[in-house]
Amino acid sequence: MKPDLNNSFLAPRDWTSHSPHIYPGYKSTLLRGPKQPLVPIKQALAQLDAPVYGVEQFGPLDNDLTKNAVKNGDPLGERIIVTGRVMDEDGRPVRNTLVEVWQANAAGRYVHKVDQHDAPLDPNFLGAGRCMTDNEGRYSFKTIKPGAYPWGNHPNAWRPQHIHFSLFGDYFASRLVTQMYFPGDPLLSYDPMYMGAPDSVRELMVSKFSLDVTQPDYALGYVFDIVLRGPKATRFE
Amino acid sequence: MSQLKQTPSQTVGPFFAYGLTPTQYGYDLKSLFTPVLAQPNAQGEHIRITGQVFDGAGNAIMDAMVEIAQPDGSGQPITSVADAEARGFTGFGRCGTGTLPQSHYEFFTVKPGVAAAGQAPFINVCVTMRGLLVHTFTRIYFEDEAEANGKDAVLASAPAARRATLVAKREQTAAGPQYRFDIHMQGDKETVFFDL
Repeated sequence: MKPDLNNSFLAPRDWTSHSPHIYPGYKSTLLRGPKQPLVPIKQALAQLDAPVYGVEQFGPLDNDLTKNAVKNGDPLGERIIVTGRVMDEDGRPVRNTLVEVWQANAAGRYVHKVDQHDAPLDPNFLGAGRCMTDNEGRYSFKTIKPGAYPWGNHPNAWRPQHIHFSLFGDYFASRLVTQMYFPGDPLLSYDPMYMGAPDSVRELMVSKFSLDVTQPDYALGYVFDIVLRGPKATRFE
Repeated sequence: MSQLKQTPSQTVGPFFAYGLTPTQYGYDLKSLFTPVLAQPNAQGEHIRITGQVFDGAGNAIMDAMVEIAQPDGSGQPITSVADAEARGFTGFGRCGTGTLPQSHYEFFTVKPGVAAAGQAPFINVCVTMRGLLVHTFTRIYFEDEAEANGKDAVLASAPAARRATLVAKREQTAAGPQYRFDIHMQGDKETVFFDL
């Protein structure tokens, strides 16, 4: 049932699920995170439209990163399948919603021109993809497991293996930019981005290995479910 | 009913461009969202919005991403791809600060109409970047709407001394009208960010 858009609101951002804007362990936050308190406003759903888009704007291989940038062969590295459901806090599927991903290649190198890490680029791998969720809120990508890579935050700093995710959900304010991590990664506890998230929810960003998703003789499978803010239902009980 | 916890936000990082703004940065992938919201046939006053995003040391940030969402020139939201095509207006734009001189962003759009009675025209803005673990929301209001701005409840909810950070300055250029909207993450001129 569609909520009355002019008199309904989005569930608030749950600040027990998110990092503070200033997290000293992650140095770049010090000059970039706002310091003044956010000003709370209630904006009716009718004025929180997410962007419009459609699968007709996608290329046929946009959700297969193992194939969507091939020039002269397959990309190097371990093929994986990443899938999951996008839901709101009540577990309702977020349908037909855009999921955009980008990541480093198997050697831990990004295609981005600014990335100076001394690891090889892969001519057959871009590392960007997108897809829409289905009627159950499910998305799926095929890709290459990204490598860890060093960064300049502190001496001997390494980012754990991760895939970047960007979603809108049904509303402008349900926007989420996050990162998916891999189970058992020893770098997680040293990573200030991961550790910046509250202790009780951090592991929600760690995907789960799934033998059911794993395809025999092809690729390991990982499940990463995503929970967005949804419309705040008024209940009469 | 048991509630699921929201997935924690993480920074967009420094290397988002080939995934989120590939066409703008010259990568071989077609962007879903661009700095161009309005085609020539879009109804309303065609404007350019531009500005810079500054950090707490006053330096322009070259790896931020700015997204805007707005109704069309008459205040009507865009509801589908077909609707956007018919009206020549997407209602949504995305621009990184890494391709223009001095780390500017820009959008080519139309001035939005009033979306609901009693409100001033405004544009929703989402700002994210390396160093920001949770994206920020703000709004662009227009300095030539002083009367409507004076009655707008959301603008009034912002601290009076900081309200001007939400108002874009109108400039006339050879190419047409332009609004300047700088975003200050910190400092004396810290932009008002909303929890919406």
